Amino acid sequence: MTSKPAATAKPATQSEPAKISVRGVTKTFALGRETFTALDDVSLDIADNEFVTVVGPSGCGKSTLLNILAGLEAPTEGQALVDGEEVSGPGPERGVIFQQYALFPWLTVRQNVEFGLRTMGVAKDERRRRAEHFIALVGLERFADALPKTLSGGMRQRCAIARAYAVGPSILLMDEPFGALDALTRVKLQEQLLDTWSQDKRTVLFITHDVDEAVFLANRVIVMAARPGRIYDVIDVPAVERDEDFRLSADFAQLRNRVWHSVYHQDGVTAALTAAH
Amino acid sequence: MPVLDKQGAAPRDAVPDKEPGGTPGKTPEALSGAPAKSPRTSAGSRDRGRMLLLNALSVALGIALWWVLAAGGFKLPTPPEAVSRAGELISDGTLADDVLASLTRVMIGFVLGTAVAIPVGFLMGWYATARALVEPWIQFFRTIPPLAIIPLAIVVMGIDETPKIFVIFLAAFLACVISTFQGVVNVDRTLIDAARVLGAKDGRIFARVVVPASTPFILVGMRVGLGSAWATLVAAELIAAQQGLGYRMQNAQLYYDLPTIFVGLISIGILGLLMDRVLLLAERKLTGWQERR
Repeated sequence: MTSKPAATAKPATQSEPAKISVRGVTKTFALGRETFTALDDVSLDIADNEFVTVVGPSGCGKSTLLNILAGLEAPTEGQALVDGEEVSGPGPERGVIFQQYALFPWLTVRQNVEFGLRTMGVAKDERRRRAEHFIALVGLERFADALPKTLSGGMRQRCAIARAYAVGPSILLMDEPFGALDALTRVKLQEQLLDTWSQDKRTVLFITHDVDEAVFLANRVIVMAARPGRIYDVIDVPAVERDEDFRLSADFAQLRNRVWHSVYHQDGVTAALTAAH
Repeated sequence: MPVLDKQGAAPRDAVPDKEPGGTPGKTPEALSGAPAKSPRTSAGSRDRGRMLLLNALSVALGIALWWVLAAGGFKLPTPPEAVSRAGELISDGTLADDVLASLTRVMIGFVLGTAVAIPVGFLMGWYATARALVEPWIQFFRTIPPLAIIPLAIVVMGIDETPKIFVIFLAAFLACVISTFQGVVNVDRTLIDAARVLGAKDGRIFARVVVPASTPFILVGMRVGLGSAWATLVAAELIAAQQGLGYRMQNAQLYYDLPTIFVGLISIGILGLLMDRVLLLAERKLTGWQERR
C-alpha cells in the first residue's frame, strides 16, 4: 500500500515528503451580507500511513478541511496537496467515508462495494473478486446480497468502509463516520477499523467530535478552534497497542485530559460549550 | 453548466460542522446481529386479512346505503337495476366499445404526457438554465384546469380525437413533470458526493444515482398524472364524442337513463382503480429499496 510520493513533483519544503500537505488554506463562505471564515490559514502535513484524528467544537471547519482534501470544495486561498499534487477535484485515490454512510439504497452491499470499481472499468470477475475480499475484510460476507435498508447503522458504515477501500485509495478521509452510532457500537467499530487499517494500511484523516475516539485511534490528534476555524493544538499519541488495556490505562486518561482541555477550554473559556449555544 | 457541480456552487452548509449527536431516527443496532428485517410474521398477515375484511365490509355497507336511499324515494336506480343494465350493455357490446374508446384516449394521452414529462423534469432538475426557461410556463399552465383548455383546443384542433388526447396529455404531463423535477432536486447531496469521490463523472452520476434516486418521485407523479388524465377524460368526451364512457353518460342524461349513468360511473371508478393498482405494483417492484415508515 506504500505508494511512493511523486518524487518528480516540486521539491518539498519539509525535510520529509508529506502524503498530505495543507498549505495556508483559508475558506470563507458568504453568509448573507457577512463572511463566515470556516478555515483561517490552516497548514498541516500528514505522513504516509499516518492515522490523524481531528477534533474540535462545532464550526471549527474540520469538515470543511476534509471536503477540501476530498476535492468536494475548493479553498478560497492556499492549496491542498496530495502526493505533491494540488487537489482539483475528487479522485479514487482519496476515499471518503461520510457520517450518513451514503450507501446507494437501491444497490446491495456487493453492488455498493463494486460501484467505484465499475466506474473505473474493472472487469466483472476481477470486480467480483475484489468486492468479496473487502466485504470479508469488514465481516459482511453473510450480507453481501442484502439491501442497505435491512442493515443496522454499524453494518452500513462497515459497508461504506469496504466500498471506500475497494477502489484502492491511498488516503481515507473519514467525516465523523461513527457519529450517528450508539456508544457500544462505536467502540466496536473503532477496534474493527484499526484492525482493518493495520491489515491494510492507508493514510487516514479522521474527523470526530468524540475526544476518546480521537485519542484511541490516532497517531496524532489535531485540535481545532472555531471562529475562525484554525489549528489550536497538536498532540502526539505514543505508538502502543490499541486495545482495551490502552483504553483503560492511565496514559490514555492523561492524553484524554490533555485533549479534553484543548477542546473544551480554548483560550481559557469554555469555547465548545458556548459554541453549542 | 450542471447544477450539481459542487465547486463554485453556493456553500452547502453555512456552518460546515455537523452538530454532534448524529441523525435522529437511526435505530441503535446490534453490531453483528441479524439485520433488521421488516417484520413478516403471522401477526402481519393476520393484520392484512383484517384490513381486507374491513375493506369488503365498507364496500358492502356503501352498496347497502345506496340501496336504502334508492328504495327510500331518492331518484336513484337500485343496485339490481344497475347490474341488469350493465348486463345489457355488456351483452350488446356497447360497454366494451366505450371502455376501449376511453382507455385508448387515456393511454395515448398519459403515455405521451409521461414520456415528455420525465425528460423535461430531469432537464429542469439538472440544468439551472433549463429550469429557468421552462418553469414559468409550467407554473402558469398548472394554474389553469386542463378542462379550461378544451374550448381553445377544439377551435384550434377540430372536433376529432386530437383535442381530447391533447387535454389528457396536458393533465398527465403537468402532474408528472413537477414531481420528476422535485425528485431530481431532492436527490441526497451526499449520494452524489459519494459517487463523485468514487470517481464517477456527471453522466454516470446522472444515470446511476440521479435516475434511481428520483424513481420514487417519478412513479408518484405518474400515479397523480394518471388520476388527472382519467379525470379529464370524461369531461373531454362530453364534447363531440361518438363513443366513450363520458359520451355514453352524456347521452343517457338526455333520456333520463339513470342506470346507464351509474354503469358508466362505476366503470370509470373500477378502471381508474385497476390502473392505479398496476402503477402501485410497479412502484413496489421498482422502489422496494426505500425505507418506509
